[in-house]
Amino acid sequence: MVVVLKEQTPKISVRPEFQQAAAPQIKEKVFELNGIEVLYGGVSAVKDISMEIGHKEVTALIGPSGCGKSTLLRCLNRMNDLIPTAEVQGELLYHGEDLYGPNVDPVQVRKLIGMVFQKPNPFPKSIYDNVAFGPRVLGRKDGLDETVEKALRGAALWDEVKDRLKDNAFGLSGGQQQRLCIARCIAVEPDVILMDEPCSALDPISTGKIEDLMIELKEQYSIVIVTHNMQQAARVSDRTAFLMVELDAEEHNRWGRLVEYDATEKVFTNPSDKRTEDYVSGKVG
Amino acid sequence: MLQAESKRYGERAIKWLLALCALLSVLTTTAIVISLIGPTIGFFEIVPADEFFFGVDWTPQFEPPSFGVLSIVAGTLNVTLWGMLFAIPVGLGSAVYLSEYATPRVRKTVKPALEVLAGIPTVAIGFFAVSFILPEIIVPLWPDGLLGGAEGKPFLALAAGLGIGLMVVPIIASMSDDAMRAVPRGLHEGAYALGATKAKVATKVIFPAALSGIVASIVLAISRAVGETMIVVLAAGSTPKFTLNPVESIQAMTSYIATTATGDISTGSVDYKSVFAVGTVLFAMTLVMNVVSIRLVRKYREVYE
Ligand SMILES: Nc1ncnc2c1ncn2[C@@H]1O[C@H](COP(=O)(O)OP(=O)(O)O)[C@@H](O)[C@H]1O
Ligand SMILES: [Mg+2]
Repeated sequence: MVVVLKEQTPKISVRPEFQQAAAPQIKEKVFELNGIEVLYGGVSAVKDISMEIGHKEVTALIGPSGCGKSTLLRCLNRMNDLIPTAEVQGELLYHGEDLYGPNVDPVQVRKLIGMVFQKPNPFPKSIYDNVAFGPRVLGRKDGLDETVEKALRGAALWDEVKDRLKDNAFGLSGGQQQRLCIARCIAVEPDVILMDEPCSALDPISTGKIEDLMIELKEQYSIVIVTHNMQQAARVSDRTAFLMVELDAEEHNRWGRLVEYDATEKVFTNPSDKRTEDYVSGKVG
Repeated sequence: MLQAESKRYGERAIKWLLALCALLSVLTTTAIVISLIGPTIGFFEIVPADEFFFGVDWTPQFEPPSFGVLSIVAGTLNVTLWGMLFAIPVGLGSAVYLSEYATPRVRKTVKPALEVLAGIPTVAIGFFAVSFILPEIIVPLWPDGLLGGAEGKPFLALAAGLGIGLMVVPIIASMSDDAMRAVPRGLHEGAYALGATKAKVATKVIFPAALSGIVASIVLAISRAVGETMIVVLAAGSTPKFTLNPVESIQAMTSYIATTATGDISTGSVDYKSVFAVGTVLFAMTLVMNVVSIRLVRKYREVYE
């Protein structure tokens, strides 16, 4: 799983039938990362990440565990601010505006850039109150019932819960809880939804529902999803970024680095880096 | 081949020893109740129940004596009310600060300091209440003439109340802090990710999620306040009064018991029996409170599993 960075990456020959046209350019950028590095207590967890993320696209971050996918994702809505030892360096633009600029309010950032977590984390409140939480704390109290219904419909959960909105959210199944968390997120009407392995705790049927949902949500939202399920990345995403752990010469320090970032189809059928090919074909990781 | 190699008597002995330990507290409670009942019945053979339960004059030393328990029940409630009015906000404020705002370094200093406060003998707090809180804080700050004024009074319900408040702040702060810190990390992140501010996360998510532990801490604090003796003996005075006025000298149930049940009391006397009757009322009050609190906690608990 751990790969020592060599001076130069070995060239792989690509079979002609896999040769494809260049990936379509990103039309509108939602994020631009330039040389992003994240450190925990002074130790790098990811380094040298430069990439552009498309608006209203699904972007997948894949890679072996510990390579910094969550760390990178959590930079995008300043969730790392909550970890006292974490530090973000480099330039991160959100619609061209510096996300880490001096006057940026992380609370405002998170209103626009929501997040769904690996383990469903509904609040210990009713289904209704869970979805209404965001609008309420933001002071958007008019038409709350409509907002809640719309969000639950948006998360493909309405039909299953419409008769028990007052019941505690913990009565729902894991998959329903995760869709509730998605509903809770879209009730705030964000611009971007970040998802950190949203299906890793779910059964295949619930996973399928959430994948369908992601494809629908892409009409309205930019989505960045971390997954270590490669089929999932292949099914739902437009672009895929592959990260990998890298060690320094003495093998003391390790950090994640972006190995390849391209259109999903290209990454899975015709990767330009040997390590990506090994990973997506299941040889490593 | 499959039989035990020995009878394992030690194993069984340990089980019984442990069961005995568990039984001890049940037995003690039962013994206390039984020892209260006899003299209490004896008391009601002399003093009519309606005088006891509905009377508002507690003057056992007068001729004829009057045993209206409401007067000293009011004394206890008076002190508890003002004490809790101080301790609940301060305790919960500290708990929210410690669990949600304080850096680990601050926490490491403040929490042990709180626990030291919890360990101060109540007699010291009682002395502090009469010798400092009363003359240096209440008298200068109390508005002139309000509710009769605080000036020139050597004992005040409020002085004892604040002393008791100080005593129970660590209970509320420490237990509520633990309850809030036991709320899963994921709920914090979930709330922050919706654009909630720190104050909203603390008050709208973490506080309600920890409510059962918080209510438990408050109930424990009230039980301790109702049962507290030394502070009220020293700071609240010994003049039974049917009032909740904080700037009066009053008498609480516990201080009646402590000052009456001394060595020279004669065993068969009304005074002797009255101590048990008051003890029974005190016991019943705390029991009801605990039952109510268990109900409350069950009802309002937000389960997060
Ligand atoms: N809160 C943290 N404090 C210190 N180190 C962390 C923290 N979170 C993650 N790390 C470290 O950062 C690296 C990347 O972790 P993470 O982003 O969780 O990887 P992934 O999501 O790809 O599995 C790991 O080495 C991990 O130990
Ligand atoms: Mg992760």
